[in-house]
Amino acid sequence: MKAAAFPLSMPRARQRVLPGFGLSLGISLTFVSLVLLLPLTGLVGQLAGLSLAEYWAIISEGRVVASYLTTLGAAAVAAVINAVFGLLLAWVLVRYDFPGKRLLDALMDLPFALPTAVAGITLATLYSSSGWMGKALAPLGLEVAYTWVGIALAMAFTSIPFVVRTVQPILEDLPGEIDEAAMALGARDGVAFRRVILPHLWPALVTGTGLAFVRSLGEFGAVIFIAGNMPYETEITSLMIFVKLQEYDYVGASAIASVVLATSLILLLAINLWQGRFIRRLHGGSA
Amino acid sequence: MSIHLENIAKHYGRGGRHQALAPLDLDIHQGELIGLLGPSGSGKTTLLRIIAGLEAPDRQPAGRILFGERDVTQLHVRDRRIGFVFQHYALFRHMTVYDNVAFGLTVMPRRQRPSSGEIRARVHRLLEMVQLEQLAGRYPAQLSGGQQQRVSLARSLALRPDVLLLDEPFGALDAKVRQELRRWLRHLHDELNFTSVFVTHDQEEALELSDRVVVMSDGRIEQIDTPEALYRAPANRFVFEFLGDVNHLEGEVRGGVLTCGDARFEVDLPDGPEDLLLRPHEVALDTAPRESAHLPVTVTAISPVGAEVRVELAADWLPGPWLATVRHADFERLALARGQRLFALPRHWHRFKDQAKSTATTTRDTTASLAT
Repeated sequence: MKAAAFPLSMPRARQRVLPGFGLSLGISLTFVSLVLLLPLTGLVGQLAGLSLAEYWAIISEGRVVASYLTTLGAAAVAAVINAVFGLLLAWVLVRYDFPGKRLLDALMDLPFALPTAVAGITLATLYSSSGWMGKALAPLGLEVAYTWVGIALAMAFTSIPFVVRTVQPILEDLPGEIDEAAMALGARDGVAFRRVILPHLWPALVTGTGLAFVRSLGEFGAVIFIAGNMPYETEITSLMIFVKLQEYDYVGASAIASVVLATSLILLLAINLWQGRFIRRLHGGSA
Repeated sequence: MSIHLENIAKHYGRGGRHQALAPLDLDIHQGELIGLLGPSGSGKTTLLRIIAGLEAPDRQPAGRILFGERDVTQLHVRDRRIGFVFQHYALFRHMTVYDNVAFGLTVMPRRQRPSSGEIRARVHRLLEMVQLEQLAGRYPAQLSGGQQQRVSLARSLALRPDVLLLDEPFGALDAKVRQELRRWLRHLHDELNFTSVFVTHDQEEALELSDRVVVMSDGRIEQIDTPEALYRAPANRFVFEFLGDVNHLEGEVRGGVLTCGDARFEVDLPDGPEDLLLRPHEVALDTAPRESAHLPVTVTAISPVGAEVRVELAADWLPGPWLATVRHADFERLALARGQRLFALPRHWHRFKDQAKSTATTTRDTTASLAT
């Protein structure tokens, strides 16, 4: 839609499936307001009572800052792991045929369907010192449960579909001839992947990884059971919000939440802008 | 660079149930432009991809592929020094036209890679050759189909391949652009003197462009010949039928007369069922039957476009319509109109003894007996 011409009603001659532009836009905006904007406004409203100094004091408290670092670090590790394995999974799902492919494909959505708390409890049981994996890893000196590794693992589990599901359709669109063309021109496998395939997948991969990262920043249920929640060490920011809420410190909770929210929004916006530029080039138009 | 194929076969599917290519041999000379012609599923694209190294031939029986003296059977596509042009161009959409053409040069191992100045000069020379210099900075999505295919050609020629392979290169383009690119490819081929093999299902394209045509069906080579020889002396019924429009005259011969419903036609053939084949230009039309031929037909469609008038004919005794081409002069003399009842007079006919296998053909000229 062109921003310049913004008529509130469509000309009669051009009938659309959905009735009236004015009506459908109105309903859309109402929905967005109720479901998305209203809670956000509430959040910001909570902060109105705070002075800037108070706000800063809450969000820069040592324990909270430690939780930012834990969350960001674990989310970054989870996002990188997901970028690599998500790309591999998408590649396998698109490029190869094997028995059980449909099942694996369906399995990709499991983290979306499964309540995150269930995932968290399962992971915690599995990786605790008495669990299967925990027992197997203990002799190697690897501790997963109640460390940041466990946090990253839980985050990776809940956010892997973002990468797979954004990369998959792009990969399906990419004709196999492209690899063949690169090889016929003498490119080694690695070079062909880096210079021909990856640039095509790059926008989708970055978007998927970005979404996975943002999702991990706000993850609560899955992480909380495996994190151990030791102050200054394995506390995540969502937990800090939860703790504030339990202390009936709504303003404090809102202040910390606003930091998470702002970070996520800025990231999403940046991804969108960057992706738009890239896509325009692939599909023609003035690059 | 000559190409020599020996005992090349290809089977697909589990246990090799589906045969794509029966074991075949093929020799292509240095500097030739060869067309692989056949209907879809005839194995022509598979053969081209095997020559390129994009697909591997069967291990059993062991075949060999030679480029000149070099055995390339086990060589990866990237080491075969070929140029490959895809039907749908397969351009790198995220690169400019310039970067697409330069790709092959920039991915060379550093020691062999030309200097960046030389790469630039070579790419510009190639773009000049395909007349796309002013579009060097564009992205493929901003080009027309014909321009994209020209970029793809320039890209495949950047490494100066010994062999250029083209998979239905003009298949996705409209008729006019196709004609233009065809002429241009022929010109390029003559100028640069590489060996080219292209795949097509369009007989006109194959006959117009190739030095020799390889006609394929069902994974087998039916005939290899120059376009003239192919059209004049088709090896078998398949080749004859594939290389142009064909009219069938099927019937029972008894005592030197072929009958089919109320149609009669004198032939000097032994008794038995017969299926004679006629090209459209071998069918004459007249208002009265002859002693030797009584083939009543009705005109169902007329297309007066081109050097000759194409007339579609139908009759009770014909399973499918016939196509005849008549000169404009005859068209006016007979005052042809749709629904008109006429008599067909075969000037020539062809007969292939055994359906597809045998090469025994009979061609009879009946012009003398029909001459007015």
